[in-house]
Amino acid sequence: MKYFPLIWATLWRKKARTIFTLLSVIVAFLLFGMLETIDYAFSHPSSGVTAADKLITTNKYSITLSLPFSDAQEIRSVPGVVDVTWISWFGGYYQESKNFVFAVPMDTDSYFNVYKDQFIVSDEQLQAYRNTRTGALVNADLMKKFNWKVGDKVPLHSTIWTQKKDGSLDWTFDIVGSFSVKDPTQASAQASTLLFHYDLFDEGRSFGKGKVGWFEERVSDPSEASAISGRIDALFANSSDETKTQPANDFTMAFIKQFGDIGFVLRAILGAVFFTLLFLTGNTMMQSVRERIPELAVLKTLGFGDGLVLELVLAESLLLCVLAAVIGLALSFGALPIIKQGLQGVELSPRALVPGIGAAVLLALIVGLPPALRAMRLNIVDALADKR
Amino acid sequence: MFKQLVAVISMSLQTLPQRIGASSVIVIGIAGVVAVLVSVLAMGAGFQHTLADTGRPDRVVILRGGSDAELNSNLTRTDVDTISNAPGLAKDASGKALLSSELVTVVNVPKIDTGTDANVTLRGVGLKLTEVRPELTIVKGRMFRPAVRELIAGSGAAKQFRGLVVGSVLHLRNADWTVTGVFTSNGDVHESELLADVDTVGSAVERNGYSSAVALLTSPAQFAEFKDALTSDPQLKVDVQREPDYYAAQSKDLTRVINVVGKTVAIIMAIGAMFGALNSMYSAVAARGLEIATLRAIGFGALPVLLSVMIEAVLLSLVGGIIGAALAWLFFNGHSVSTLGGAFAQVVFQLTVTRTLIITGIVWACLIGLLGGFFPALRAARLPVAEALRAA
Repeated sequence: MKYFPLIWATLWRKKARTIFTLLSVIVAFLLFGMLETIDYAFSHPSSGVTAADKLITTNKYSITLSLPFSDAQEIRSVPGVVDVTWISWFGGYYQESKNFVFAVPMDTDSYFNVYKDQFIVSDEQLQAYRNTRTGALVNADLMKKFNWKVGDKVPLHSTIWTQKKDGSLDWTFDIVGSFSVKDPTQASAQASTLLFHYDLFDEGRSFGKGKVGWFEERVSDPSEASAISGRIDALFANSSDETKTQPANDFTMAFIKQFGDIGFVLRAILGAVFFTLLFLTGNTMMQSVRERIPELAVLKTLGFGDGLVLELVLAESLLLCVLAAVIGLALSFGALPIIKQGLQGVELSPRALVPGIGAAVLLALIVGLPPALRAMRLNIVDALADKR
Repeated sequence: MFKQLVAVISMSLQTLPQRIGASSVIVIGIAGVVAVLVSVLAMGAGFQHTLADTGRPDRVVILRGGSDAELNSNLTRTDVDTISNAPGLAKDASGKALLSSELVTVVNVPKIDTGTDANVTLRGVGLKLTEVRPELTIVKGRMFRPAVRELIAGSGAAKQFRGLVVGSVLHLRNADWTVTGVFTSNGDVHESELLADVDTVGSAVERNGYSSAVALLTSPAQFAEFKDALTSDPQLKVDVQREPDYYAAQSKDLTRVINVVGKTVAIIMAIGAMFGALNSMYSAVAARGLEIATLRAIGFGALPVLLSVMIEAVLLSLVGGIIGAALAWLFFNGHSVSTLGGAFAQVVFQLTVTRTLIITGIVWACLIGLLGGFFPALRAARLPVAEALRAA
């Protein structure tokens, strides 16, 4: 630590060069932080504890094929299943197709039992919802977004379901209340949710009656999830509607993987960034040591050992890289809200920034080692004579 | 002035090998930026190409009104009968309309690279398929037969998804479907799909009716008349679109996302590379201090000196840009990938490094070089001659 002023002084020996090098390393780590967070988010979906005990049962052959409603009874009787609820894809939007609304036709009792403690709704509004056939509970943020108020009648367009009464695709709901989401890691996944009664949906649609899109279960013991999944699927094996049950997190992961190998793309970009960074900082360190050869020789003459000189150069490289990395990662932390806006439905965790420091240390060692070795091997007499 | 310029530039280029370390930082830094920019944009270009190449202006897609996509749409048999009697449709020798009633569904087929299930379109097609879509060519095996559980796989799908080779069997709702052939269709989006007889698909998924109708018009000009006839029919609630319009709309969102992400990353990298270029050019100017001062002392102007530094920076950037674009082309052009497209189903496409993208990359490279070279050039031009000479 007592050599810190010396290292600090040599770092700023050529101000402009150090500043420009610092700036490019900062920019690289800003990018590193942003891409790592995105990669982390895609490979760790819904990291919240609330997802661990949820299973999803879909049609084995296609998510778009429905399942008979009567399966619910059988699933509920499977040991380990606390409760099961059913949902269908409504394909809804408000006024324009860009205003997507995740309208969920749901069975009130089983839904709130599966998602126990996940939605915060006032008792009066929940009661009003139960009492209103055409009622809807809406995410408080969504209410704000569309300027909806309790008591409003809102029409939603379904791209799939026509109504029995008039063949129309437009469904009207009465907003009776709003909810917020307890687990912050689930907040973005539920950001555009509107809940309405399954009965209204099933009785109102002109086709598909008695069928559901998929089932969602809550299990008593998350560690039993795969055994319970197997038991559920065994119930319907060889029926005309075979099922595929998996933990909710696996389901989300598989869906994300459908977009392609996002992780590979991000890592390839980071690879390119670091490869160029190696050259850039490496060149700076080399230059810096080359210019200081006589000074290093003086240090050695004063009695600094070979090992100490090596350490001093390495420490300078570490200081440069880690300082820049910390600033860059801090900037990317500041950019999280912006990325979040672009990636709706994805939860970003600052935890992904930790490997950045490791990368900075690695970078420092790689670019610092060759000049440090050179400094260590300096022969005092030759080095002093080097002065042009 | 011009003579001076040529002299200074040739001098600076001749001493370039002595500054190879610092100069290579510019080349490599900019090559990285351009390689990333061009590769990512090639993804967007490939995706857009695949969807833009789908369809021809004299072919129409008819969906139930308000459905947006085939997967959501539902047409009854009566609807399709009405549509096939509308004016403007091309007819075969026996007077039947060239129309394919289609049923679109997605099935789970594992992706080869990740092993996880992906939504692959299984499209039931009518008997007039080959007349409605003449671009469809069987490249391996044979066509499926109607009324039996046979299907043909698009060449893109066969490359990306597991078990889609001629003779293999796909299990779907308690029944085995045999893959009898592999087809191409001008590199369009249907190459990502599986095709089978529409009624056989309908009975497998228990659907009575269709998703859409695809029909050939006698000429592209017939579109308005055909559309008017259908939309003014009170019995019918349908959306009529030209096929290219329908598919172009599907590529819009994803292409925009890819372009925004690619350019954002590249801009950030470019800023980093610009600092690298500044560094290198400042040290180049410092190394040439004596040389520049001597030139100024014997009467060379400030402008040729300034320009020579700028030109050196731009030339190095140009080399970097060309290397970067070449790397992107070498590694990724024609690389086949698939993603979840706008219609909730996998679209297989190839990364396409187009000429426009290469030019874009090189223009970016030169801009970075100009910015990174300007301030060092200014310093070179303002170098106090006497001091520089004395310092040496």
